[in-house]
Amino acid sequence: MNEIAPMEQFSEKPVVEACARAPVGLLAELTHRCPLQCPYCSNPLELDRVNSELTTEQWQDVMRQAADLGILQIHLSGGEPTVRKDLEDIVEVAAKVGLYTNLITAGVTLTRDRLKRLKELGLDHVQLSIQDVDDVNAEKISAYKNGLAKKREVGKWVREFDMPLTINAPIHRLNIENLPNIIEFAVEMGAGRIEVANIQYYAWALKNRAALMPTRAQVLKSAEIVEAAKERLKGVMVFDFVVPDYYAKTPKPCMGGWGRGVMNVTPQGRVLPCHASESVPGLVFDNVKDRPLADIWLNGQAFQKYRGTSWMKEPCRSCPRAEIDFGGCRCQAMAFTGDAANTDPACKLSPHHGAFVAAAEQESAEQTPPPFVYRRMAPAKAPAAE
Amino acid sequence: MSSDTTRTRVIIVPASKPALPTHIKLRHDPGRGRWHVLAPERVFEPDPIAIEILKRCDGVTSVEQIATDLAKDYNAPLQEILNDTISMLQELSDKGVVKAA
Repeated sequence: MNEIAPMEQFSEKPVVEACARAPVGLLAELTHRCPLQCPYCSNPLELDRVNSELTTEQWQDVMRQAADLGILQIHLSGGEPTVRKDLEDIVEVAAKVGLYTNLITAGVTLTRDRLKRLKELGLDHVQLSIQDVDDVNAEKISAYKNGLAKKREVGKWVREFDMPLTINAPIHRLNIENLPNIIEFAVEMGAGRIEVANIQYYAWALKNRAALMPTRAQVLKSAEIVEAAKERLKGVMVFDFVVPDYYAKTPKPCMGGWGRGVMNVTPQGRVLPCHASESVPGLVFDNVKDRPLADIWLNGQAFQKYRGTSWMKEPCRSCPRAEIDFGGCRCQAMAFTGDAANTDPACKLSPHHGAFVAAAEQESAEQTPPPFVYRRMAPAKAPAAE
Repeated sequence: MSSDTTRTRVIIVPASKPALPTHIKLRHDPGRGRWHVLAPERVFEPDPIAIEILKRCDGVTSVEQIATDLAKDYNAPLQEILNDTISMLQELSDKGVVKAA
């Protein structure tokens, strides 16, 4: 049985042409509000404010449009999606229209009653993030007290309600040495799946790269730990291992190819090819308030700009891997080389690759990393009310 | 949490009675004209044989019975079908897509 990851939905002749080109997944960033302040947050540096968030009805409409478009899975994310009091109303509609619903949560604002209700409404899966399994370290990373104890509790409820659990563990220099304990924690929590996800350096993580980057030796060791654990826990827990591409030779097929399998809707309703794509200049992001989701996906300028391979320059254009990794990540190319159409500097063929690797090696070798710049709303005061 | 730390790998045998856990969904997608298996953060595309096997994973029918039915339907040697069915279900069990009692 083939797995569609990256999203290989083009392998057979489709019945309905529009659906054939539909994304498999939609990441719904319901809000950018979050009680945690992790310095590697994937939200943009400019966070959307609460008073500009889509309404309940608008999100419900996004769910209906997503199902009509042929999207199969909806990832309810944030920020912290549970700070939205209408999460239940959104999940209810998503489940009704047949979407596979995945809640991506830090857990600390979730209650047992809400989780029970979400399950009754059709929530299919919970992905719970952890910062570390060491209380002091977890608090240092998230700038949130007693988060780990709360996460243990959430894990218990998930099992109590017989829901599938994924533990998401973002990995960086502050917790990489704890990896064996993190894996053990996930087993103890009854998780069927763990994401050992080395930080990808965009947005807040890029700002904090020097404080987060592990050494090459640490990464290699972590890969060995994961391989051994995978074998030991075969049939018990499924592993997803994301490597930091600074130490790679070929870039990752970011998003499975631009505008190919996944789309992202921001709290304000802007539709993005990936959550970091607002860092790429020259893109026009349509809003679900103005234009149908299907039209945005098929024809929106931001989606068309780097879709496929025709935008590529050398060395991507003639590369045999052009349709394997799609030139890697446009946002990383933009951030590191100043041109989003360049090959990802993670690629060994990039003229910037040497400097890219050197940055990681140099920063990770620093004995005393710089302090974190915690994820916070920009200086202007955020409205307190929900 | 001792019950969880002792979770073990399920080994599929002819007498196993496989089922899809409630959070795994075998669904027909009319837009694309095909079946999908929806799983946590995963979408699988079962081939025609896999679809036939998964449809029979009801927690009551044994692997042996499933293979016997398929051998009849496809007019194929039972042992071969049984071996293929076991290896496919073992793979899916390891991926958390199938459970078995």
